[in-house]
Formats: sequence, structure tokens, C-alpha cells
Amino acid sequence: MSLGESRVSEHIVSPKVYLVIFTFLMVGTGATVWAAFRNFGQFNIVIALAIATVKATLVVLYFMHARYSPKRTQLVIVCSIFWLAIMLALTLTDYTTRTHETQPGVSHLSQPAAFDFYSA
Amino acid sequence: MHRTGDLYGHFQTLEQQKDSATLGMWIFLVTEVLFFGGLFLAYTINRSAFSVAFGAGSNTLDIRLGGGNTVVLILSSLTMAMAVWSAQVGKKQWVTRFLIATLALGSVFLGVKVVEYKQKFDHHLIPGHNFDITYCSNNPSACNLSGKALEDETNELNKAIEAEKRPEDPRQVGITSLNSHAQLYFSLYFGMTGLHALHMIVGAGLLLWLIKGSFAGRFTPQYNTPVEVVGLYWHFVDIVWIYLFPLLYLIERHL
Repeated sequence: MSLGESRVSEHIVSPKVYLVIFTFLMVGTGATVWAAFRNFGQFNIVIALAIATVKATLVVLYFMHARYSPKRTQLVIVCSIFWLAIMLALTLTDYTTRTHETQPGVSHLSQPAAFDFYSA
Repeated sequence: MHRTGDLYGHFQTLEQQKDSATLGMWIFLVTEVLFFGGLFLAYTINRSAFSVAFGAGSNTLDIRLGGGNTVVLILSSLTMAMAVWSAQVGKKQWVTRFLIATLALGSVFLGVKVVEYKQKFDHHLIPGHNFDITYCSNNPSACNLSGKALEDETNELNKAIEAEKRPEDPRQVGITSLNSHAQLYFSLYFGMTGLHALHMIVGAGLLLWLIKGSFAGRFTPQYNTPVEVVGLYWHFVDIVWIYLFPLLYLIERHL
């Protein structure tokens, strides 16, 4: 069968939308650098990750057309985030609660001795 | 192979055929998310345990090069998206132009990466026997450090060395400890940016293949699946960098 006129409707994202998204991504990059040079204490990393996540979401929704994709594709994207969340959450709960037996309350990772083979 | 854009027997419509191809790429990208996710996890755990050394390591990176590369890569995502658009509306010449622009920007990114890696090599920041994070403050002329930059770097390092040791320990203990922990940072830096660069190289190969097809006029409003699918991959690699840039370059930058 040949292609002919049978190509069915697809959503074409206009260059104007791409340019607006690109502008947002540039502003986001600037904001990331700006925030990194200011002291927000614990929140420096939170701000950096929040901006990066907003940027990534814009790329997925518009550059990667997820907003206009079939529901099935959107489900796959959500699943990837869900699996990633499982991996991060379960591993980090383990690492943050497991302690070295000889020193109660101290993470075994924060004891330099465990890694001194690098300088041996 | 999926070349001509004809409808295969096992699909009902061309739309279904194209949706299947993009779904396949998305499923591959899910595995990539988890692949890079493992590295981000290793990064998170080590950074929380050795935040001082990670801060010291991060401060040796050049924000101008890293930030410039971020702009270059996001720009290449824009040109990639424009290549897809050009194919969708039938502007065949522009497909080629935008694909070449994307490849050029990707090459600039990799070129800057080479400059950065070379600099780390010269500054004794490759994990291994000769690793020495104090090299630049001890040999300022070899690293083109002088005046205030040298003073800042030395101050930062001294603070990190102090933080790495117990108060009663001699300075050397702090230097040894900082060096071993900073190597964890640099292992992750090279591992993560290296894997990212490898993905860029694969992407550049795919772009060459697309450019060849584009010169032959293969991509039309009826058939542009390869451009769309490679575009998904390219944007994913861009997203990885969007996270890598703040996590590797921007730790403890404030005074």
C-alpha cells in the first residue's frame, strides 16, 4: 500500500511555541546560576533541582510533544518517573537510616576510614 | 527496514505505525532514565556523605564552559525540534539545514567537553595515583592562577582541609582525607559526563544518518518518523544535562 493522502491528523507544534519554550529554558538556566551564587542554606539544592525539573518538564511536554501524544505514550512517561521514584526513595530510606554498628547514630558513609583505600 | 514510509501489514493506519515507533523510543528512554538514575542516586548518596569534598571538587569546574555548554545544548534541542517541524510542513531544505545546525551545536558541546577534560588532566584532577586537589594552589603558574583567583582558591581549599579533619589532627590528615573524598566527586563527574558525552556521540551518528536521508529528500509531511524519533532521543540527552549542570558545576558556589 502506498502512502498517498492517507497520513492522518497529527498535532504540529508551531515554531512560535518552540521559541517561547526555548526562552523559558534560557531564563531557567540563568536563574539556576543566579541562585547558586546566593546562600539559601539547605534550599540551594532544592531550588536547583526545582528549576531543573521545570525545564525538563517543558522539554518533555513541548519539544518531545508529550502534551500532544496518545494517552498510552503519556502513561509510559509517567511510569518512568514512578520507577525512578521507587529506586530513589527506597535506596535513600535505606542509606539514611542504616547506621554503623560500632557507632550508633552515625552513618557508616560519613566515616572516612571506610574509604581510605583511595589514598593507601 | 523502516525506510520508505509504506504501511506495513501488521498496522492498520500510518498514524498507528508512527505512534508505535515513537512509543518504542519512549520505552527505550524509560530504560535510560533508570540507567542514568542509578548514577544520580550514587551521586546523591556520596554528596550527602562528603559534601565538603564535593563542594571543593565542584569549585574547580569552570562555570563559563559548563554554562555555555548548557546554552549550546538547549539551542541544539531547539534546532532539532525545528527540523521535525520542517519535515512536518514539507520544507525539505530546512530539514537538512536544521539537522546540520543540530549536529554542529552538538559538536561544539563535545569540543568544549574535550577542553574541560584536558584541563582536569593538566590540573591533576583525574582520580588515581597522581590525583591532588591542592595542585593548582601549590603550582599557581601551571594553572594560570594569580591574584584574587589564587587567593580565593587557596582559602576555599584551606576551609575544606580544616573541615575534613578532626581539630587535633595535623593538616596532612585533612589533605589526605579531602583528596580521597574529592576523587569520589571526580569519579562521578567523569562517569556521568562521560556517559552523557557517549550518548551525544551516538546522537551525532544518528544525525549524520538523518542528514544523509534528508539530502535524499526522504522526510516529508507523510513520513518523518526517523526525524521525530531521533529528536526524542536528542531531547532526552538534553534533559540529562539540564540536571548534570547544576548538580556538578554549582555546588557551594556562594561564599
